[in-house]
Amino acid sequence: MRGITLRYLLLRLARFALTVWLGATLIFVIPRLSPSDPTDAILGRLAASGAGVDNADELIASYTKRFGLDDSLLVQYWHYLVNTFTFSNGYSLSQFPATVDDLVWAALPWTAGLVLVATLLSFLLGTLIGALLGWPRTPSSVRRSLPMTLVFTSLPAFMLGILLVYVFAYRLAWFPYAGAYSADVSPGLNLDFVGSVIHHGALPVIAVVMVTMGTWALGMRGMMVTTAGEDYMVLAEAKGLRSRRIFFQYGVRNAILPQITALGLALGTIAGGFVVVEAVFAYPGLGSLLYRAVLDNDYTVIQGVTFYLILGVALAVLVLDLIYPLLDPRISYERT
Amino acid sequence: MTDAAVPIQPLVTRRAHRSSPWWNAKLITGLAILGAILSLAIVGRFIVDRDEALIGANDVNVVPIGVTADPALGFKPHQGAHVLGTDSEGRDMLAVIVVGAPRTLYIGILGAGLGVALGTLLGFVAGFRRGWVDGVITTGTDVMLTIPGLAVLVVIASFFNDMSTTMLGLVMALFAWPIPTRVLRSQVLSLRERGYVQMAQLSGASTLRITFGEMMPNLLPYLAATFTATLAGVILAVTGLETLGLGSTRLPTLGTTVNSALQASAVFRGMWWWWGPPVALLIVIFLSLFLMMVGLDEVSNPRLRKAAR
Repeated sequence: MRGITLRYLLLRLARFALTVWLGATLIFVIPRLSPSDPTDAILGRLAASGAGVDNADELIASYTKRFGLDDSLLVQYWHYLVNTFTFSNGYSLSQFPATVDDLVWAALPWTAGLVLVATLLSFLLGTLIGALLGWPRTPSSVRRSLPMTLVFTSLPAFMLGILLVYVFAYRLAWFPYAGAYSADVSPGLNLDFVGSVIHHGALPVIAVVMVTMGTWALGMRGMMVTTAGEDYMVLAEAKGLRSRRIFFQYGVRNAILPQITALGLALGTIAGGFVVVEAVFAYPGLGSLLYRAVLDNDYTVIQGVTFYLILGVALAVLVLDLIYPLLDPRISYERT
Repeated sequence: MTDAAVPIQPLVTRRAHRSSPWWNAKLITGLAILGAILSLAIVGRFIVDRDEALIGANDVNVVPIGVTADPALGFKPHQGAHVLGTDSEGRDMLAVIVVGAPRTLYIGILGAGLGVALGTLLGFVAGFRRGWVDGVITTGTDVMLTIPGLAVLVVIASFFNDMSTTMLGLVMALFAWPIPTRVLRSQVLSLRERGYVQMAQLSGASTLRITFGEMMPNLLPYLAATFTATLAGVILAVTGLETLGLGSTRLPTLGTTVNSALQASAVFRGMWWWWGPPVALLIVIFLSLFLMMVGLDEVSNPRLRKAAR
């Protein structure tokens, strides 16, 4: 691949591994710093609910074995890492016999879809608005009306979510207020199902896009103002190129690169935001899974979901890092 | 020509004073709103009884002043003292807001203050030392930015039950330092190439002297902007955490109030006076912080200042 050297690739892979390892280690260490011994709490909880569960012994045994509670801390840590990285995070405490990994894989597609659609929409819309705001030849009517789209910038997405639910789901009843699709459609590639998914996903996506696109717009505006003053822009105009071409090929193309760096840095925060948004909309993704787990004190699910979130964000950042040199021909990691 | 310059002199200095970049409308408006919220909460302490904000202190489902109660929905008519009504757990909403708002701001200011202090230290060390120290700090910053802080905070808060606001602020600081570190590092890297800093270095000034005497005054707008952004980030994280039902639960904060309203489906029961006040107040807080950030951007960036005028 152009611009990517083995050294760059290895460095990025090492950072990816470091991120995932540090995340996993945090998840392992935190419960052990807690004053109340969480493993006792978990076993106590199991014993308390064990009366109704036939497999209580098996559960306790699996949990004891998973954490090797009799082993030294280092051995426990090693087993934990092996289990985590082979995606066997054990049973859910509140939804036995489902395993943490089953629950996560069931929820993952919904979160992935929501995050992907909302983040892309927000990034593209925000960048376009910012580019138009920073472009000297934007018609002044457009330039004056565009800031209207940015009024919700800086609000937490879940707060706008609550307002949207109140107005559009409760008062006006235009949108459903929970779930990812209605009960009367069968999941599959049919029009009813896809329509239902869009209908249910619209409010959460709108909430996230409205509050996040302003950040992209402001960043892009600044870059576009700088780019518009460059000599090559003057040359492009002097050559008589069409202004749409100058706007996209000369202006946006150059101004957008720092935006992509910023996107990579923001992904962790974005993922955290979606957790709360999903909880507000009762959207059946990882966020709601985490929310339910918090309510049920389901420690294994809390730890599992957190690990998958860290893994997901780290993967996304890695992909972005590897795409970046392809987008910017000026950047080459080949050493000269 | 010289004759004309003399009477103009005082006028020029006055204008120079008024056009000090810190005299920025957006910055001052934001600060004023934030100050108003804080002082209202402090004054409110003397008017509102703190115990009214506890579960079971009052009649439940009382509507705010001027609202007709619908008995079919289980609402009770307005009662004298409960200006903003009560929730389904008997908390007086006015007391909840008065007790909750400063607690939320306290967590934010503590977390952001410590986070920015740590970030400033790391940013300076990375920018000054460079080499492997810089490498370690930069990598650590990037790694911490990639890890979704809120998810790890959920793990922390679910294992440490019922944290105090101070404890929450300290935990928030653990995830608040990476962005200040990045900002300060890049600023230090650029400042140390400036003439006056190199001049000070050549004349044998100590690193501490250069840091506080030469660099800090120029970094103030950036520090203030970073602190404001971090404050918004910490309040966002802590209200998010509390909305999920974690954090400090004995006394209300704005976030725990949103959580209890969501858990009781207040939105779908028409109890807007339950979720409305904390959400409205948080929106005002975030808007004033956003105004301050835009204002501080104009303080440190003269080009934006010109564009804004």
